[in-house]
Amino acid sequence: MNDSTGGFFPRLMLALRAGWRILNDGDFADGVQRRMQGEETAVIEAKPALRETAPDAALQLLALLQQEGRFVDFLEENVSAYSDAEIGGAARVVHEGCRKVMRDYVQIEPVREEAEGARVTLPAGFDAAAVRLTGNVVGQAPFTGTLMHRGWRAQRISLPKLAEGHDARVLAPAEVEL
Amino acid sequence: MSEPRYAVGIDLGTTHCVMAAVDLAASDREAVVERIEAIPQLTAPGAVEERLMLPSFLYLPHSDELRVEDRVLPWDPAPPFVVGELARSMGGRTPIRLVSSAKSWLCHPGVDRRAAILPIEAPEEVTRVSPLQASMRYLEHLRAAWDQQHPDARLTEQDVVLTVPASFDPVARELTAEAAAAVGLNQLVLLEEPQAALYHWILASGGDWRKQVRLGDIILVIDLGGGTTDFSLIAVTEHDGSLELVRVAVGDHILLGGDNMDLALAHAVRAKLAEQGVTLDAWQLQGLTHGCRNAKELLLSDASVERAPVVVPSRGSRLIGGTLRTELTREEVTCNLVEGFFPKVEAAARPAGRARAALTKLGLPYAQDAAMTRHLAAFLGRQVGATRDLHGFAENAAQGATFLHPTAVLFNGGVFKAPSLLERTLEVLNTWLAAEGAPPVRLLAGMDLDLAVARGAAYYGYARRGGGVRIRGGTAKAYYVGVESAMPAVPGMEPPIEALCIAPFGMEEGTQAELPSQEVGLVVGEPVRFRFFGSSVRRVDQVGTVLAQWTPEEVEELEEIEATLPAEDRQPGEVVPVRLHAAVTEVGTLRLEAVPRIGAETWKVEFDVRGEE
Repeated sequence: MNDSTGGFFPRLMLALRAGWRILNDGDFADGVQRRMQGEETAVIEAKPALRETAPDAALQLLALLQQEGRFVDFLEENVSAYSDAEIGGAARVVHEGCRKVMRDYVQIEPVREEAEGARVTLPAGFDAAAVRLTGNVVGQAPFTGTLMHRGWRAQRISLPKLAEGHDARVLAPAEVEL
Repeated sequence: MSEPRYAVGIDLGTTHCVMAAVDLAASDREAVVERIEAIPQLTAPGAVEERLMLPSFLYLPHSDELRVEDRVLPWDPAPPFVVGELARSMGGRTPIRLVSSAKSWLCHPGVDRRAAILPIEAPEEVTRVSPLQASMRYLEHLRAAWDQQHPDARLTEQDVVLTVPASFDPVARELTAEAAAAVGLNQLVLLEEPQAALYHWILASGGDWRKQVRLGDIILVIDLGGGTTDFSLIAVTEHDGSLELVRVAVGDHILLGGDNMDLALAHAVRAKLAEQGVTLDAWQLQGLTHGCRNAKELLLSDASVERAPVVVPSRGSRLIGGTLRTELTREEVTCNLVEGFFPKVEAAARPAGRARAALTKLGLPYAQDAAMTRHLAAFLGRQVGATRDLHGFAENAAQGATFLHPTAVLFNGGVFKAPSLLERTLEVLNTWLAAEGAPPVRLLAGMDLDLAVARGAAYYGYARRGGGVRIRGGTAKAYYVGVESAMPAVPGMEPPIEALCIAPFGMEEGTQAELPSQEVGLVVGEPVRFRFFGSSVRRVDQVGTVLAQWTPEEVEELEEIEATLPAEDRQPGEVVPVRLHAAVTEVGTLRLEAVPRIGAETWKVEFDVRGEE
């Protein structure tokens, strides 16, 4: 037992402080509850098969695409009202900016180096997540077929660090000129 | 203080700062372990990112403008200002709170560089900063970035080499050293940027540089940065059978750089849009400048492209409807950039004069003539005799040469990423040489045009410890004080001034000039000011040489110097004869002292940084 919570009075103080915090801090209360349930159900141990992804990184990438390439503006606009030439002009902004974001923050490479249309052979034990079989999928590896799409793999992603209190939900702040 | 582990090179640029380091312990002779240091900085509110370059911009935010938690840095939870990429982008929207080009203000003789004057256009309520403080902020940021990445080898304990333009005058050098000292960088030396670029070339050659030059070569370094143009001449000499490099001349301070070129293109395109009835606001002009830079790079790097699209995005969220589309043609780039900044001129051409309107707005003294080639012609013309006294340069001082003939050229600065600008400069230079029967220059392969100065500076820090070749040179000017001549005064005319040489050309770091035999009088208890002069061409004047007259081409007036003798045991008002003594400090700044005839005490003579009143 830890010295700081060893005696009766320190524990009483801790119980009072914890009780007060449970009343005032919802997150803390949830944590305590999970902890208490966890102790009771520890034997069952269900390993989660699905995970929630953290939304901050996704929001941050969207904000970068908007900041550099006006990506959100472009998607939110009604393109049917404009001619192809007008859309083309705006597409340059989007393309140039979003490409810069990709280059700066996400390093990507093709999954397969062969040219599209080439015949490729997949040995047994190939990575089914990286290469998807389509069409006449029968028999056993090795499989031989035509490369329809080279695929993309992010080799490295390095997003800017976010300040603790930063609200990532603001993809682009409103601007008010004084 | 512990033994330094790194030699750190800092390029404190007009538009960007870069930091590089050589690991002293891991490097051996020509096997140099060096790298560019990443600099964490705010790139958007609340987002910190590591970049190789720190834009030299300081933004002074309004208290309601940026939440404290959105300007957190890894080493500072609540910095009161913003430095770097975010400062630049916020400044684009709110220029009245943006400090830029602090380095150019640091050497602006017209203003008090210790006074809080920046941003010049800021309204009353903005707490302004001085050019000196702005430089300190950038250095502080670099120091904190370094310390965060090297917690066991703090920057204040490393050998730091800080680069300055070769054309920086003694005052600007002193202020730069002062800014560095104020953030605790005491193990400091200053290095001229063109020399740093050459050191980078030496470093990149991996020991092979001796095969690329030979005795008698004169290397012209053209350093065209974001805001300034800097020329230097470096001669290849021999000492005890091995090649040596001697910097023989530096050019004037020219406020002309790559940013001027992008802006010139943007204005040309804006004029074109205006003809179509489209007017752009300041924000759009910035977008246009950005678009023009990209289009320019495309046009200048690919000769088959005739026109490149330039798109100015709308400010509002309606991107498609509000976007302006135009294009930049090859002809516009050629006419505005190549012909505007690099025109084909004669070797005898000189930049248009600096005549100013009587009422000038307070601002930076930008070059009046945008033609880089004319500035180059003037530099080479003035320095025609730069190698006359060097051993082994007889044939270069060719009969009837009207300008100094370089034999090799090294380019530095992001501008020269555009091959056609580099080729044009070479073409003009070679035309001049051919006209005087001299062979064309060889191009020394430069690399890493944006980062070379910092890397070269770090290498110099290593070379100083005995790890590699060093460029000799010393001060690039001789210095003089103005003394009233003994000639009888003419009523109604100022007494004629003579220039007394107190520091000869080429004083090395850590050396002292002799004491001149001539004395000047100081009035006890009150500041006495002297006129101060420099010459980048009078190489033979020794301490005590007196010039009765000179041309502005030959000797230029610098800012005044000032000495105050404390009253102490003297009568106030008494005139004490002193001699002025010059020394170049280990850091690389010029120090002047007043030495009285009797007594061991000396007094520091200050440079006047308060500007013209």
